[in-house]
Amino acid sequence: MIRTYALLVWAWTRAAAQYRVSFALMAAGAFVIGGLDIAVIWVIFANTDSLAGFGPAEVMFLYGTSELAFATSDMLFGNVDRISQHIKAGTLDVMLVRPVATWAQVAADRFGPHRIGRVVMAAAVLGVALARLDIPLGRAWMVPVMVVSGIVIFTSMFTLGGALQFLLTDAPEVANAFTYGGAMLNQYPLSVYDPRIVQGLTYVLPLAFVNWRPGLYVLDRPDPLGLPSWTGLLSPAAALALAAVAALAWRAGIRRYRSTGS
Amino acid sequence: MIDAAELGRVFRVRRQVVHAVRDLSFHVAPGEFVACLGPNGAGKSTTIKMLTGILAPTSGRIRVDGLDPARRRTALARRIGVVFGQRTTLWWDLPLRDSLELNRLLYKVDRKVFRDRLDELCVLLDLGAFLTTPVRQLSLGQRMRGDIAAALLHDPAVLVLDEPTIGLDVVSKAEVRDFLRRRNAEHGTTVLLTTHDLGDVERLCRRVLLIDHGSLAFDGTLDDLRALVPGRTSIEEVVTDLYLSSRGSPRTPPLPPVPGGTSGTA
Amino acid sequence: MTSGAALPLYPRLAWYGFRRHAAYWPAALAGAFTNTVFGVLRAYVLIALWQARPGLGGYSVADAVTFCFLTQACIGPMQLFGIGLDLPQRIRSGDVALDLVRPAPLQLWCLSEDLGRAAFLFLARSVPPALAGAALFGIVAPRAPAAFLASVTLGVVVSFGWRYLVALASCWVMDDRGLATLSLVLTTFFSGLMLPLTIFPGWFGSLTRALPWAAMAQAPSDVYLGTAEPVRALAFQALWATVLLALGALLTRAARRKVVIQGG
Repeated sequence: MIRTYALLVWAWTRAAAQYRVSFALMAAGAFVIGGLDIAVIWVIFANTDSLAGFGPAEVMFLYGTSELAFATSDMLFGNVDRISQHIKAGTLDVMLVRPVATWAQVAADRFGPHRIGRVVMAAAVLGVALARLDIPLGRAWMVPVMVVSGIVIFTSMFTLGGALQFLLTDAPEVANAFTYGGAMLNQYPLSVYDPRIVQGLTYVLPLAFVNWRPGLYVLDRPDPLGLPSWTGLLSPAAALALAAVAALAWRAGIRRYRSTGS
Repeated sequence: MIDAAELGRVFRVRRQVVHAVRDLSFHVAPGEFVACLGPNGAGKSTTIKMLTGILAPTSGRIRVDGLDPARRRTALARRIGVVFGQRTTLWWDLPLRDSLELNRLLYKVDRKVFRDRLDELCVLLDLGAFLTTPVRQLSLGQRMRGDIAAALLHDPAVLVLDEPTIGLDVVSKAEVRDFLRRRNAEHGTTVLLTTHDLGDVERLCRRVLLIDHGSLAFDGTLDDLRALVPGRTSIEEVVTDLYLSSRGSPRTPPLPPVPGGTSGTA
Repeated sequence: MTSGAALPLYPRLAWYGFRRHAAYWPAALAGAFTNTVFGVLRAYVLIALWQARPGLGGYSVADAVTFCFLTQACIGPMQLFGIGLDLPQRIRSGDVALDLVRPAPLQLWCLSEDLGRAAFLFLARSVPPALAGAALFGIVAPRAPAAFLASVTLGVVVSFGWRYLVALASCWVMDDRGLATLSLVLTTFFSGLMLPLTIFPGWFGSLTRALPWAAMAQAPSDVYLGTAEPVRALAFQALWATVLLALGALLTRAARRKVVIQGG
């Protein structure tokens, strides 16, 4: 599966390399789109010193970790949520008659290297936030761990969204509420939301493990829900659990497609 | 090579049960060249999907090269070549050569073997002039030849083509037909194609399967098919008559269900 | 007796636009669902901000929540995330030459269809998020319902004027996806969709409130909330509608010269 994915991504990258100017413009566009969120945060903190108990550098840290994970996942695997287009256009049939994993084919299809622009913006924001926060090494080691876990969690969300489209082929936008919605959710401290929502995001759909719980650990903040701070270290476990669920859902989706023909 | 026994496929469309394919049984021996005919919506594409493992049957049994397509889709994919006339298996933005190279890697074909096969296909399909052109810039005829080459690089025992000549001009059609005939004769590749173009059938196939309302209406040679409707000599007229008579009464199939000469008086 | 049989050309085009989009109602409902989810998320962020700064930008907390769901409701009818027109594809395929030689002006043709589309999406994608917002958070009642509807309609016309310019620009610019991205950035940020423009600081805030995108989501919301004087807001929208449509007419003429006379 990894080999197939790498082969296809490389092919699409070469195809994109034919249009250098277009690539540069679109990468710049992705960079600016990433910057919009930062502009919003800037406007908010032009009006207040703290949002739900968090200052600008802390909000940038939470934004940066989540956005870096999301932008990376979106660039590498986000095209999984185009599955309804493949179903409608019949290109899924073409993928099914190849002797390689369907998920890898869908994820790599139309790979757009220009999305690196948004990844770069997110990394820059995270860099600035870390420089301002001065986090001791004893807790900073968790930052790369949480970003990687976040990539796995968001990729699982994209896959779940894709699996959902096997059922809702005519309404693929529903999946956006979970994928892009999940990204939007984590841009701000989860303390702005109703505690019941945060509980749901901890125990049901583990989006709180992208940046909120590990972020509380890194920032050395108490948990408004009262959970001990070591629960922030559970991000990799939460990511693997969600990945397993997503894999099962995807298989069920393919099986449904092949047994119902729609 | 292909074995279908009482094959059936049911769809549920808005709570209605539609029998897209029912009770379809046929056998294709290695090296045969078979055309699958039938009016629009007769169940040809559904049958192709079940043969290639895209769709699981709801009843009956199929074996393609000894494998159950529904269970062994990936293993089967290495042994069959599939061409869809209406959509391409090539990568739209890549030059044709890169698309073929990508297929080599996906199908794990040895580099040396690949080069020999590609050289042969380049000559027979006349690909040389547009190997480095991106697929989206190819004419339909060029694209179809590219698609056929892609389906044969792993030297499959069975080649399945869904309307391979659709939309092609007369010259491109002749080239594709010529190639398929040679491939079948020289490599012994089993070929099953669906088509609406009776010229394909007349020039290529010794055997015709006629599918109508999801079941097998005729299985036999072209001459047998002609004999079905007395007084008609061109195959075009014969098939038009058969389609028209079946359209009138969708419930009772007017065609004899068994191969042979008895005319349509069921 | 098909409905609309006696309609003259442009209302009929609007009716076709309505029907054409009504055929994709599952997609519209999915859009409404997504708009609602994002509305809920944005509402919590705005509540946190307004709890820190009560009365910010002249809005109460209830006003801010209402603003949030109103702007989410604008996404569908005003196509804040996309172009929503067939024009770019028709330009790429060359079919636009057929449109340009019709005896009816292309811009008016597109506007009629777009108004029909907007009317359907208002029902399918604006009403559900607003109702959900009312049920979950409670939203305030409109101060001037008639002026609000007029303002929404003008907002759709302004948004059409802008999208038409962007779409037609692909006659000259090769990379229409880049243009669409640029339009997305400008529209989402300057329409009030991300934050109310009334809280953007200093001269930057004044600038954003004078740009055409402010006529899309911000102006109708302010008319609804009574935070802007209806007559002033409607005049502001009408001004931008006139300017953008006039630019569109000029650009159409240039496009006809380029496509029909020069042959692409």
